[in-house]
Amino acid sequence: MNLRADLLLIQDWIAPGSRVLDLGCGDGAFLAHLKATKGVQDCGLEIDADNIFKCLQAGVNVVEQDMDKGLRNFDTGSFDTVVLAHTLQALHRPDEIVEEMLRVGRNCILTFPNFAYWRHRLSLLTEGRMPKSPQLPHEWYDTPNLHHCTISDFDRLCRSRRIRLLQRTVVDDDHRSTWPMRLWPNLFGINAIYHITR
Amino acid sequence: MSTAAATRALPADSVGYVVPQKFHFDEPLPLRSGRTLEHYDLMVETYGTLNADRSNALLICHALSGDHHAAGYHDPSNPKEKPGWWDCCIGPGKPFDTRHFFVVCLNNLGGCAGSTGPSSLNPDTGKPFGPDFPIITVRDWVSAQARLADRLGIDCWAAVIGGSLGGMQVMRWAISYPQRLRHALIIAAAPKLSAQNIAFNEVARQSIMSDPDFHQGRYYDFGTYPKRGVTLARMVGHITYLSDTSLREKFGKAGRDSNFGRDLRDGRLSFGFDVDFQVQSYLQYKGETFSSRFDANSYLLMTKALDYFDPTVDYDGDLSKAFAASTCKFLVMSFTSDWRFAPERSREIVDALLKARKDVSYLEIEAAEGHDSFLLPIPRYMQALQAYLGRVAAESSGAAA
Repeated sequence: MNLRADLLLIQDWIAPGSRVLDLGCGDGAFLAHLKATKGVQDCGLEIDADNIFKCLQAGVNVVEQDMDKGLRNFDTGSFDTVVLAHTLQALHRPDEIVEEMLRVGRNCILTFPNFAYWRHRLSLLTEGRMPKSPQLPHEWYDTPNLHHCTISDFDRLCRSRRIRLLQRTVVDDDHRSTWPMRLWPNLFGINAIYHITR
Repeated sequence: MSTAAATRALPADSVGYVVPQKFHFDEPLPLRSGRTLEHYDLMVETYGTLNADRSNALLICHALSGDHHAAGYHDPSNPKEKPGWWDCCIGPGKPFDTRHFFVVCLNNLGGCAGSTGPSSLNPDTGKPFGPDFPIITVRDWVSAQARLADRLGIDCWAAVIGGSLGGMQVMRWAISYPQRLRHALIIAAAPKLSAQNIAFNEVARQSIMSDPDFHQGRYYDFGTYPKRGVTLARMVGHITYLSDTSLREKFGKAGRDSNFGRDLRDGRLSFGFDVDFQVQSYLQYKGETFSSRFDANSYLLMTKALDYFDPTVDYDGDLSKAFAASTCKFLVMSFTSDWRFAPERSREIVDALLKARKDVSYLEIEAAEGHDSFLLPIPRYMQALQAYLGRVAAESSGAAA
C-alpha cells in the first residue's frame, strides 16, 4: 500500500480495534489501511465527489460533510482518535475545529506544514514575497490555505487552551527527523505532527 | 418468442422481458392496527439468479405509486412500452447488476398492481374490500416482505434498497430484522413525515374523498372511480416531486433564457380560465394518466402509511435508539433540490446512525430534478450505487467461495 509518509508515522498512535474519525479523509486509503491492519471502526469526512467515490470503492465509511461547518452532529467522546492531516491551515477557524476534535475524540492527531521553516523565512526576508515550496505550492491568491501557523504558534495554542501534548514529531519532506529538527524544530521542521488530548 | 419480440431490439443492459409471479399466503398476517389479514397475495418480479448459498439477493422497496415492475418489459407486442420504474438501476452492468445479484421487487400490500389491496375481492363478501381493507403500515409491509423472503429461501438479503417511502421500508428492515440484511440503502427518505408532508397528503386525500364518484370508497359497486379526485391528488403530489428549477427548464424552452418555465400552450393568453401555460396541461395529463391506472383507495392507504411511519415510536422518539440493534452497513443518499424530503432529513438519519455508532456513508447528490431525482440516471448517483454495490457483490461472492 502506497500510504503517505505522514500517515505511516501516525498509524502507530492508533490503537487496534478503536474508533477513528478522519477529517478530510481523501480517497480513504488511510482508513482502509487502518481497517485492514488494525481492525478499526472507521468514519471519514470528505467533500470532494471523486474522493467520496473512491472511499465507496474502497469500502470505507464516508460522510459527505463540510467540517468547516462544525462537528455538532458527532457526540462528545464518540471516537477514540480524530485525525486531521494537512488540512488545519485550510479551515476558517482552526482553533474551533481543534476544540471540536478534542470534544469528539479522546485523542487527536494533527499534521500541518510549519510556516516558520527556515526556507520560508529566507524567501520572505530576501525576496519579500510569500514563500512557495513543495508543501506550499500555491500563489498567495489561489491558495486553499487560510491560516498558516508555525510550530511555536501551535504550541502556544495548546498551552493557552490547556491542551495536553502526548507526542510531537517534526519531520522533513521524506518524513525523516534529523538532529537539527529535534534541536530547533521551529526553524528546521518542515512538517509538524501533533498527538494531543485534554 | 413471438415475432413482435424479434422486431424489437432491447438495450443490451436490459433484463429483457419479465413475467411477474403471484405468491399466495395463507398464514394470517397480524397488522399494526390490531387487525389481521387472513390470506393475501403478493405480486413479485425477480431479475437475475439466486446463488447456491442464497447470499446475493437484493430487495427493492417501492415508493408511493410504484409496484413490482421495477425493470424490463412485459409486452413484446408493444413497441412503445416503457420499462419498469427503476430500470436505470437494474440489469447486467447496471448498479444492481443482475450478473451478480438476484433482485426481488414486489407490489406492497394495499397496492393495486396484483397484490392484495382494497380493489381485491374480499372473500367474506365476494365484493371488493374498498374501505373495509385494513390500514397498512410500513411495518406491515416489511412483515409481508419477510414472509416473501422465507418463501424464497432468503435468510439474509445482501442489501435492502429503496427511495422515498421505499427508504422508510429499508429503515424498518434494519430495525425489525437486523439479522436479515447486510446492507441498507436509504435514498431520498426522511426519518418521519413533517407537518408539511402530512399537509400535502391531506390535500390529496381530501381531493379523492370529496369526489362525488368516491361513494365512501365503494365506487367499484357503482362501476365508476373518483377520476377527478385522484387526478387532483396526483397533480399536487407531482408538484412536490419536482423542483422549481426542473419545472422552469421543462417549460421554458420557447425563450432564449428559461422564461421562468412560462411557455404558453397556444402561443398566446386566452384571457379565460382554460389552459394558458404548458405546465397546466402537463400536470393535468400526468394526473389523468395516473388516475386511470391507480386505485383511489390504494392511494389513500399509501399516503396513510407515509403519515404513520415513525420508527422511533417504540424508542422514546429517539431514532438512534431505534437503530441500536442494527448490524448492517448503511448508505444514505439525498438530492440537493429535493424539497419533499430535503437533504436535512437524510442527515437526520445519518446523525442518528452516527450516534448509534453504526457504519454509515452519506452522499448529497447535486441534482436539479427534485424528489424524483432518485428515479433518474444521474451520473454521480449511478456511480456511487455502482461502487457501493460492487463491494456488496464482492462480499457475497466471497461468502459463496
